Amino acid sequence: MSINQSGWRPKMTAANGNDAAPTFTGNRALMLEEALIFEIGDTSTTGVDFAEGDVAGSRLGDLSRKAPIGLAGLSEPETIRHYTRLSRQNYAIDLGLFPLGSCTMKHNPRLNEKVARLPGFADVHPLQPVDTVQGALGVINELAVWLIELTGMHGVAMSPKAGAHGELCGILCIKAALEKRGEGHRKVVLVPESAHGTNPATAAFAGFMVEDIPATADGRVDTDALKARLGPDVAAVMITNPNTCGLFERDLKAISDAVHDAGGYVYCDGANFNAIVGRVRPGDLGVDAMHINLHKTFSTPHGGGGPGSGPVVLSEALSPFGPLPFTARMADGHIQLIEEETAGDDHPDTFGRMTAFHGQMGMFTRALTYILSHGADGLRQVAEDAVLNANYVLRSLEGTLDAPFAASGPCMHEAIFSDANLAEGFSTLDVAKGLIDEGFHPMTVYFPLVVHGAMLVEPTETESKAALDQFIGALRSVAERAKAGDTALKSAPHFAPRARLDETLAARKPVLVWKEPPLAQAAE
Amino acid sequence: MRYLPLTQPDRDAMLEVIGAASIDDLFVDVPEAARLSGAIHGLPNHASELAVERHMTALARQNTVAGEVPFFLGAGAYRHHVPASVDHLIQRGEFLTAYTPYQPEIAQGTLQMLFEFQTQVARLLGTDVANASMYDGSTACWEAIGMARRITRKSKAILSGGLHPHYVSVAKTMAKYTGDTLETATPQLTADTDIDTLIASIDAETSCVVVQYPDILGRIADLTPLADACHAHKALLIAVVTEPVALGAIRSPGEMDADIVVGEGQSIGVGLQFGGPYVGLMGCKEKYIRQMPGRFCGETVDANGKRGFVLTLSTREQHIRREKATSNICTNSGLCALAFSIHMTLLGEAGLRRLAGINHAGACRAADRLAQVPGVELVTQSFFNEFTLKLPTEARPVVRTLADRGILAGVSLGRLYPDEAGLANGLIVAVTETTTAEDVETLAAALEEVLA
Repeated sequence: MSINQSGWRPKMTAANGNDAAPTFTGNRALMLEEALIFEIGDTSTTGVDFAEGDVAGSRLGDLSRKAPIGLAGLSEPETIRHYTRLSRQNYAIDLGLFPLGSCTMKHNPRLNEKVARLPGFADVHPLQPVDTVQGALGVINELAVWLIELTGMHGVAMSPKAGAHGELCGILCIKAALEKRGEGHRKVVLVPESAHGTNPATAAFAGFMVEDIPATADGRVDTDALKARLGPDVAAVMITNPNTCGLFERDLKAISDAVHDAGGYVYCDGANFNAIVGRVRPGDLGVDAMHINLHKTFSTPHGGGGPGSGPVVLSEALSPFGPLPFTARMADGHIQLIEEETAGDDHPDTFGRMTAFHGQMGMFTRALTYILSHGADGLRQVAEDAVLNANYVLRSLEGTLDAPFAASGPCMHEAIFSDANLAEGFSTLDVAKGLIDEGFHPMTVYFPLVVHGAMLVEPTETESKAALDQFIGALRSVAERAKAGDTALKSAPHFAPRARLDETLAARKPVLVWKEPPLAQAAE
Repeated sequence: MRYLPLTQPDRDAMLEVIGAASIDDLFVDVPEAARLSGAIHGLPNHASELAVERHMTALARQNTVAGEVPFFLGAGAYRHHVPASVDHLIQRGEFLTAYTPYQPEIAQGTLQMLFEFQTQVARLLGTDVANASMYDGSTACWEAIGMARRITRKSKAILSGGLHPHYVSVAKTMAKYTGDTLETATPQLTADTDIDTLIASIDAETSCVVVQYPDILGRIADLTPLADACHAHKALLIAVVTEPVALGAIRSPGEMDADIVVGEGQSIGVGLQFGGPYVGLMGCKEKYIRQMPGRFCGETVDANGKRGFVLTLSTREQHIRREKATSNICTNSGLCALAFSIHMTLLGEAGLRRLAGINHAGACRAADRLAQVPGVELVTQSFFNEFTLKLPTEARPVVRTLADRGILAGVSLGRLYPDEAGLANGLIVAVTETTTAEDVETLAAALEEVLA
């Protein structure tokens, strides 16, 4: 979830077990080095055959391209090899447990991939006449129904492209609702310190002033401080539940009531909805808007950084302000698409459009397939197993690592540890890099900010007990080494495709695109 | 419950380790009143792969598949042939099921790919640098407008009438909250773009001019005079490309001195997918990189001196800067960027140019044929693979009638501009390498009948 913020950078070449016996190629058996396409391809090579035929005739005027573009091409076998080699330098859920707290890296069912590729979904244009896309609109409508049922809310905006885009959607609904009430002067959004960075960034984008709300010693929002801050200038509270310390915000209903009494709205960051799906409905807790990361709770693949999908469920108070377009099922079963054209009559208070078309259709098909595969009993089991696995990790490791909220009771879907009992000079980063050598992706580190040197572990429900036991053993071993001051950890990872990378150099002298080396150098 | 590996004996053993009597003990922090006792209303219990596939396939069959009929839709999403290896490669689990590359030692595959993607995009758009992708073209467009405000410290953006109306809608939505003032226009059914009007409307308050190339009607025009006019008033030129294949045949906006170039990358590698997920392209001049939204991948070295890649310049981003970030964007379109990059690698420069040539030649032939239909007039004179026809009657009902006959004829301007009576007869027609001569003849013959 969070990037390395420790400021570490390499000072000298570390003794690296990997480099003990150099090879001619730089490869190490199955670990294959791969150059950039610009270094191995050229502009005259193509891996695509086209039909013969005349391409004469030009209506391009003087805009016909003359300058070279500089795009390297590879034949098909070279292309397959290039990307296959690159892929093998990645860690992935398909390889092992991926305990990134708050990111929810769970198994991605392959049926979902197959369904998303059915031509009836994959090969359909967003502007086809609505009579020719009733099945696609049906998917959106059916998924919308289940999202509303699962959350106990009134409506849902399907078009946001990812979680942060969904947050923006929810906050814009709140802004529109306030303006409609003539209370556009409410300028403050309260955000707990433990919130995702997207929360304050979103509120600021929409023109709100962000104020932090402190956490209590047990890792929850300080309800008294929050209530004391409510007033006629407060537009909304953004709260994450379960929160980023992995704890359920017990007082959320009371907070919601207080916020509503003070004339504000409650935005819930639904990034951790997977912990409570099928067991708790946010609508019952007084939430007005909540985005759902389909790539977290409903297991659409993260794809190395997207695409995500962030539908936003809305309360009755906020639903009239949701964005265009959306679907509506008519009495005769026909599904209508509400766009700008008919919005004036059907949806006059909409705040507008957030994206060109209808949202992440390819993610909707996957998420709906996931929901139907699990069903009501399976989704409830998802939440239970996710919480069980996290608590198992917490209780298995609380004797080894400092667990600041262990005494607060059970955690939800993720367990949090701090760097408190590591040896002098050893950090969370060293533990994370040590885990890499053990064959695991590290947990989320240095987030949330309320815990010093935070290590946030989210195993998810798709891990077996055997996988958890192996992970617990590995983390315990690395933690013991960090407590004992094992200096080999400081230069870990030793067995990864790369040793620690110099992030300071990358930021100080940004090299963001490949450039041809100077001729003299190239001739060497 | 095929996706859940725990057995009941596992669960019992784990509860014992935890010291809990039952699973409910782990949910004690959920207030009694908030606990859902029964099942989710109306949702059946878990189902087999076969049953779910059957249900979803039935829904898929209710749609008219673009590849199964004569198909001429464009207007921001284009149907191109995607080589089989693209979809194969993006389904490798190491790409598909990886996370954002925050641990670079074990994410060099994604990172190197992003570095290659950034280089390909920058070269295609003609910009110095490009980022690691945005959600789509429309959101990249409004992010560019915000970026221009931060750079120029001015807030009046002028949007060309040739900009995709959905992109205009998105920008209008955002402008309501960011304090930007937008000057917008609707396109005219003429051969000329509105570049001269845009140049005349720039003043000292202008932060940027946003122009689409080729525009919503398919028209292309030299952007150089517009860039000069922008720069004379210390404003930025933002160019929007919704069909990147065009840049294999026509000069890039960067070559014509655009400051920020954004695009919709869908037509290379991604497919139609009813509108998403797509991939936003975003490039700019080097001097503006610190005001760019989104992620960057940069080159560096590891502790052993080996070249490697990391996410960089993150002090612009929300997870570090929180409320002072350049954007709230977090997850972007990584896997679609991979598809774009693989397809572009397969094409290479030679392939992209050939592909662009085939598209353009096909569009020229189709435009000539369709203009022979009695009463039909070709509006667009300079175009790439998309052009606009003026029918003797409203286009929208014609499109519906042709859809009933199994022909997806194009995008009517009435669908995009329902309130503009003057545009109602316009029909945008796109032609790609997937369009056959028979498709064009089928459309022409059907139009002749329907319009007769």
